[in-house]
Amino acid sequence: MNLTLKIWRQSDANDKGKMVDYKVTEISEHMSFLEMMDVLNEQLINKGEEPVAFDHDCREGICGMCSMFINGEAHGPDRGVTTCQLHMRMFNDGDTITIEPFRAKAFPVIKDLVVDRGAFDRIQHAGGYISVNTSGNTQDANATLISKHAADEAMDAATCIGCGACVASCKNASAMLFVGAKVSQYALLPQGQVEAVDRVKNMVAQMDLEGFGNCTNTGACEVECPKGISLENIARMNREFLSANVKG
Amino acid sequence: MSGFFKSSIGRKYAMALSAFFLMFFLLQHFAINILSVFSPDAFNEASHFMGTFWAVQYVLQPILIFGVIYHFVMGFILEARNRSARVKKYAKNNGAANSSWMSRNMIYSGLCILAFLVLHFIDFWFPEINTKYIQGDMSGLLGNGEGFRYYQELAHKFESPLRVGAYVIAFVFLSLHLMHGFSSAFQSAGASSMRKEKLQLFGKAYAIIIPLGFIFIALFHHFNHH
Repeated sequence: MNLTLKIWRQSDANDKGKMVDYKVTEISEHMSFLEMMDVLNEQLINKGEEPVAFDHDCREGICGMCSMFINGEAHGPDRGVTTCQLHMRMFNDGDTITIEPFRAKAFPVIKDLVVDRGAFDRIQHAGGYISVNTSGNTQDANATLISKHAADEAMDAATCIGCGACVASCKNASAMLFVGAKVSQYALLPQGQVEAVDRVKNMVAQMDLEGFGNCTNTGACEVECPKGISLENIARMNREFLSANVKG
Repeated sequence: MSGFFKSSIGRKYAMALSAFFLMFFLLQHFAINILSVFSPDAFNEASHFMGTFWAVQYVLQPILIFGVIYHFVMGFILEARNRSARVKKYAKNNGAANSSWMSRNMIYSGLCILAFLVLHFIDFWFPEINTKYIQGDMSGLLGNGEGFRYYQELAHKFESPLRVGAYVIAFVFLSLHLMHGFSSAFQSAGASSMRKEKLQLFGKAYAIIIPLGFIFIALFHHFNHH
């Protein structure tokens, strides 16, 4: 496959940045999108040009590092995949592909396609955990009975890899699917109940502080989420937040 | 609860609550207006009751006005905040791939409804307030004293094809607004997914039937009096 790539280039956080056109040739349809980017970068390095900076780590869809807004969609046109799992067979020979960083005020661009998603870490630090010391004091896993339904829903929420596709896809750059998932995974389990009030209040306060937008229920996040995190998690977070505020 | 309504989720609840109230108001407004098609007398009686009963005039009407203003003002504030959450826009953004047109354009359908409300207030609400509270005529009767004035005023307004056209267009945008707004309000209020499918179906029905009914009423009176 021969492709034209329109890629956002920005030398650092302060640079204005611009879209730059590149040609790549002999791309196999079996390559992942990131491998295609590797080919491009090899071409650029061989020509003595600066390679395109992009985030990646595990390249098997579980670390949440790879990002990229490809042809107007987070992680590209495929469903339920991260960019590293997106294959070039989703595109046609001769295509022009637009590649941009995830855009949100709370995700500032560091360089090219790399954005700072530290806002998600700060939200997690605000309450996305349980304060139980398990070292040397591990309880039997079956000591506390949990219904299959609750366990499944909590696990579904916990599959969020924090990639930020929800924020990138949302027209309001809202982080509510991420925060909803992180609140839900504890709200559904007895271990999460002790700190439930403080958790949701602190995480929502941090989310607002980071400058994310407000959810208007377009559902774009759910469609683009590589892990299929459901909007139900946002509704649950809303219920948790209301109940936490009523309880004080 | 002090910081609740300043938080992003608190504002979602507030938008949803005002939406519930407005949707309920719309339903009762429609129920009374549709009477004008079947029975001018019943429409007159209902209009006179709503226009003169103290609880409607001095309790529900101020709540409604507050609800309308709140829904619009908060809608604008949230839109401004949401726009500021993405300073640099995408060069290419395929919104249609993951969301409905209605959900992405609530601000524009809302602005069309606001423009309609201005016309609607000039048409009906301001003259009504003038007659009742400035001129002090609470009788609801025609100038010649022969029966109630409400049905005649309604029929007279829909003689103009321009006004009927404006109303029809406004109700199409109202329908588009409700297509997303109905289920969105329930989602914001934390409705669980178990009820979501039925709610969405009911919401779609509401979003089509009520505005279509208002369009029918406007067209009925327009063609009935020509």
